[in-house]
Amino acid sequence: MTPSEIVEILKGAFPQAVGEPSADGSHPGVAVAAEAWHEAAVFLRDDPRLRMNMLRCLSGLDLHPEPHLELVYDLISMRPGGAAGLWENAGEIAIRVRVPRDGGRVRSVADVWPAAEWHERETFDLLGVTFDQHPDLRRILCPDDWVGHPLRKDYEFPTEYEGIPAAAASADVKK
Amino acid sequence: MAEFTTEDALRSRWSAAARPRAVRWFSGLGVVFVLGAAALGLLATRLTGMSYAVALAVAVVLLLTGGSCLGAAVVVQYPRAVGRLLQRLGLPLFLLAVAAIIVVAWAPVLLWPDKPLIVRDVLAVVGAVGFVSLFASFAIWWERKVAGRIQSRLGPMRVGGWHGWAQSIADGLKLFQKEDILPGGGDAVLFRMAAYVTFVPALSLFIALPFSAAWVGRDLDVGLLLIVALFGLGVIGVLLGGWASNNKWSMYGAMREACQVISYEIPLGFSLLIPIMVAGTLRLTTIGELQAGGFWTWLAFRNPFTLIAALTFLIATLASCKRAPFDLPEAESELVAGYMTEYSGFRWALFMFAEYAEMFAAGALTAILFFGAWHSPLPAAWGAAWATGPLWQQALHGVVFSGPLWLIFKGIFFVYVQIWLRWTLPRIRLDQVMHACVQFMLPVTMVVLLAQTFWQLLVPAGSVLAVALNLACTVLGALVALGIASIAVYGLRYRRRLVGTLVVDHLPGS
Amino acid sequence: MPDAPLTNSPDSLADVERVVPGELRTEEMLLNMGPQHPSTHGVLRLVLRTDGELVLEAVPHIGYLHRCAEKIGESVASFQFIPITDRLDYLAAMINNQGFSLAVEKLAGLEVPERARYIRVIMAELNRIASHLVSFGTYGLDMGAFTPFLYGFREREYILDLFEAACGARLTYSFITPGGVTQDLPDGFLDNLARFLDYFEPKIDEYNDLLSFNYIFIKRTAGVGVISPEDAIAYGLTGPCLRGSGVKWDLRRCMPYELYDRFDFEIPVGVAGGTDRIPREVVAGDSWSRYFVRMQEMKQSVRILRQCVQQLPAGEFRNKPKGILKLPPKEVYLEVEGARGQLGFLVVGDGKAVPRRVKIRGPSFCNLAITKHVCRQVLLADIAAILGSIDVVMGEVDR
Repeated sequence: MTPSEIVEILKGAFPQAVGEPSADGSHPGVAVAAEAWHEAAVFLRDDPRLRMNMLRCLSGLDLHPEPHLELVYDLISMRPGGAAGLWENAGEIAIRVRVPRDGGRVRSVADVWPAAEWHERETFDLLGVTFDQHPDLRRILCPDDWVGHPLRKDYEFPTEYEGIPAAAASADVKK
Repeated sequence: MAEFTTEDALRSRWSAAARPRAVRWFSGLGVVFVLGAAALGLLATRLTGMSYAVALAVAVVLLLTGGSCLGAAVVVQYPRAVGRLLQRLGLPLFLLAVAAIIVVAWAPVLLWPDKPLIVRDVLAVVGAVGFVSLFASFAIWWERKVAGRIQSRLGPMRVGGWHGWAQSIADGLKLFQKEDILPGGGDAVLFRMAAYVTFVPALSLFIALPFSAAWVGRDLDVGLLLIVALFGLGVIGVLLGGWASNNKWSMYGAMREACQVISYEIPLGFSLLIPIMVAGTLRLTTIGELQAGGFWTWLAFRNPFTLIAALTFLIATLASCKRAPFDLPEAESELVAGYMTEYSGFRWALFMFAEYAEMFAAGALTAILFFGAWHSPLPAAWGAAWATGPLWQQALHGVVFSGPLWLIFKGIFFVYVQIWLRWTLPRIRLDQVMHACVQFMLPVTMVVLLAQTFWQLLVPAGSVLAVALNLACTVLGALVALGIASIAVYGLRYRRRLVGTLVVDHLPGS
Repeated sequence: MPDAPLTNSPDSLADVERVVPGELRTEEMLLNMGPQHPSTHGVLRLVLRTDGELVLEAVPHIGYLHRCAEKIGESVASFQFIPITDRLDYLAAMINNQGFSLAVEKLAGLEVPERARYIRVIMAELNRIASHLVSFGTYGLDMGAFTPFLYGFREREYILDLFEAACGARLTYSFITPGGVTQDLPDGFLDNLARFLDYFEPKIDEYNDLLSFNYIFIKRTAGVGVISPEDAIAYGLTGPCLRGSGVKWDLRRCMPYELYDRFDFEIPVGVAGGTDRIPREVVAGDSWSRYFVRMQEMKQSVRILRQCVQQLPAGEFRNKPKGILKLPPKEVYLEVEGARGQLGFLVVGDGKAVPRRVKIRGPSFCNLAITKHVCRQVLLADIAAILGSIDVVMGEVDR
């Protein structure tokens, strides 16, 4: 199934929330409104035509200076039935969900794909998107008392952490 | 330890300026002490009674001190030459020390067998301590060598020269120097005590362990009972250590140890009952002498039940010594180091000593109870004339027919089996350990005990059935021994091929 | 937890029920396993809630090895990021290089000569074998068998020698680069490779006899940590962990990249025991299956390598871009089949040499997330069995 067919099916179910397929041919995807994302996710997983059963990756993009963060959910549908018992790729698509940079919130899809749990924690940690109804939303890679979200484009490097001079500070000292 | 030689240990740390001064002082003091000793010695010839003894003792001490000072002067002046000399003489000196300890410990016992028991006991304790320390350092080195060969490595190769023979000694020295760490929040008294509570029983059981009919500290009526009791005591030290460490991993290790060792005491005891029933005594020397008539009279080959009992006994001792595949109390991939997690330095070394002592004791006990004790496979009757002949004939008798050497050899063989298993098998899980004990070992040993009882009641000693089964078991045992021997020969023959595979020979230019 | 909790496989629970009757409960204890612990394979930390030897719950905590790889990716040119990819899954660094290079090539539209593609496949498959050897060895170590570890490392040493001959490095290679590889294969490399393959292939059977079919080993791993195919897909498991559950899914075959459509090889998957040589106790998706998939994959990698040795054409080894490689303002997401699963790179260009965003999907990161689900109601010793069979590399989890 091609990405455009997937977008057609999705658009049929959510005419308001689903945007146009992205023009970028190297990473075919479609924008989905943040409010409708959870329903769309359940639909993507359960619809017999789609059955997007695996969330491969969740990437957060900072669109700075635009006031948006974009979440890219890479989904794939894996089905048995290929030659010699091989499973087949029955279609893949990237779903793009935009949230505002300040106070961006989106419903967690950890209940749809359990794989999302850690990916969402990572996005929360590094980009500062809050996922509602997430089972355990904590920082995952940075320490719990870390300040700021490092992958934001306007992130300022701390000069020290817990009394340890950080890289930026020691670079200044060398100068 | 990368490379530690005797030369390193002796390398002088004196600075260039301090060295002549130190040499002057040492040699001056040495000369003074030696002259003083000579003078005192001369004086002593005029004295009598108590003052004579005191003067002589002081003279000897002075002489020793003076000698040490002169020796120190030589070492400081020529450190490298002395180091090199020691390195070259290291192995002979070490072997000499080994021989000296054995002689000092055991010779008097042999020479005066009817001297007061307390002297004998003291000598036996000295002998046991010497033997255990020697055996532990040998076994640790040996285990590393065997492990290395099994894993296509060489094992220790550097320390002391020939195949790293001094590795355990160097490790021991290192452990002596290490900081004695007490875990915060732990019970300091119990923590300290635990190492001794483990070590002392493991050591004491050597008092009652006969190395031959004559070479035994105390030939007790209940020798076997005492040894098994002391064997079981070690677990208390482990429990104490695990509890006092204030560490959850240690606690887990201690609990596993308690649960495993105490469970396996039961099949161990049942297996022990078989030789006791056959011999009708708990005295180990009697059990040993029962098997003097060649390897077909060894208890393991008497009938099928004794053979099974020998196997269950071996397995149960594996569990009691917490050796793989029963090494759960110290399972490093699960419990870090189990009950030893918080121990360091010499206390840790004591646990290791106790473990290796127990390993040897278990091996020796297996040999005494089931595999001919201190007798060679040949019937002792063939060498009866040698046993009472001149000294050289007695020595030959000890090597060929029966003597402590044979027991030590057999003990080491069973230790080797334990090492072999450890480096071959994965570890089993706790529930499987208990399952194996309760659902397999216990029924098997019980059935064997019952069967042996009926066997003794119903089958007369010389009957056709008894002889036939004795023969069958003997042949089976001989085949197993042959198999092991052929594996050993194969390994020896291809040892270069097995070890040398790490040599990178397939790259251009190499 | 998810709204509709995924059922734990009944097989793994049945085993525990037999061990610990439900009535017998003692005081619960929290046990901190790691970040320094022999069987967490690095700096993973698990907080275990235990009831005696029974682990009721295991909560993984990660981040101890976080080195801001993605932030670095936004700060350096794509060429300069290659050495950082080495340090993700440091046991299979070639495949990391390859994944990132493929993503950059796709973004920048860079052509790669055919010889370079073959060399990449050779390196990737060799590295897969090396990585699986470490996994085999350390898994034996987790189960208390020391010796396989040394054997695995002995064989890996040959592979590292081959890598050293090719690029000078033994662990972090930076060999595969956008446009090809940094240098051509040295003289005699193919002969040595063929000799290694002849030497190595029979060894796999030897190791199967030594460890895989060892009775104690089977008892320890079969039926432990069973992951159903549905769970595996839902949790985003990939690589041997997914295939161990019986899902025949391998990117090299299902979505071929490089030249994998030219080679003849099979995709081993976990199957229920009783057939062939698979022991009776084995359930598809248990620790033993995951482990055994790796052992079989090594054989398939040898097969691919043999074909590479035969087919390797002459020609250029690199299509070197003129000047600095500028990344167009587009976005690509590309996955390759790494040693531990699907390694994904999302690269966003900005018209400059420095990418705007680099996102790394570490397979171990996704695979590790299932521990919380699987390590429930298992024995303490099973934690090592499960973790070892999932085979995580913390460099990739924490990035």
